[in-house]
Amino acid sequence: MNFDKELDARGLNCPLPILRTKKSLSELASGQVLKVSSTDPGSVKDMQAFARQTGNELLSSAEERGEFVFFLRKH
Amino acid sequence: MESKKMAIIATKGTLDWAYPPYILASTAAALGYEVQIFFTFYGLQLLRKDLSGLKVSPLGNPGMPMKMPFGPKWFKDISWNIPNAVQALVPGYENVATSLMKQTIANNGVATIPDLRELCLEADVKMIACQMTVELFGFDHSDFIDNIEYGGAATFFEFAGETDICLFI
Repeated sequence: MNFDKELDARGLNCPLPILRTKKSLSELASGQVLKVSSTDPGSVKDMQAFARQTGNELLSSAEERGEFVFFLRKH
Repeated sequence: MESKKMAIIATKGTLDWAYPPYILASTAAALGYEVQIFFTFYGLQLLRKDLSGLKVSPLGNPGMPMKMPFGPKWFKDISWNIPNAVQALVPGYENVATSLMKQTIANNGVATIPDLRELCLEADVKMIACQMTVELFGFDHSDFIDNIEYGGAATFFEFAGETDICLFI
């Protein structure tokens, strides 16, 4: 998937992946896509909840070898 | 749409209990909430310029697992069951427990309290110190970070009365 910005949140734990995601999204324009990598298993549910509450669209959420990758489209 | 609001009363002044108010406040701010934290009694410790004095005490806290943040896995998995009487008598026990806790925090990629507080301030979380307890405990405004306000219970209620979420920690 194409993206405009990438955030490496690997090794960080709650609530840092969400806080960094919020910060990275603020640097994007509406409609642009952010890729986030994380190793925090809690970030899977948290990212869904973040997307629902902020109106940013979670385009995909996947796990690969213990790493989680998310694509979010800025509201 | 008007943003949601959350108010927190922070009353605990230990390293472990510093986390809930700052984690919840920073996350709520990231979700678009307007957030205020009212710091009172021991919670005032969380507003000090120098946070290095925050400690954690396993003494009298049966809910706290005591595990070592270093060594091979079998060693890290041991839960050290140290009697209260021993914890109370060994000099520096609290300091050792605190430095082990800080190591565990770093090992797990958990943010430090100074970092979380900074993130809250960056996200415009409003912090209010209880003026009555500031005086009661003999603090001076110069002990605390600059960008906070001082007020009393009525100040807290003015905002708390309008909130969607209100927590006492």
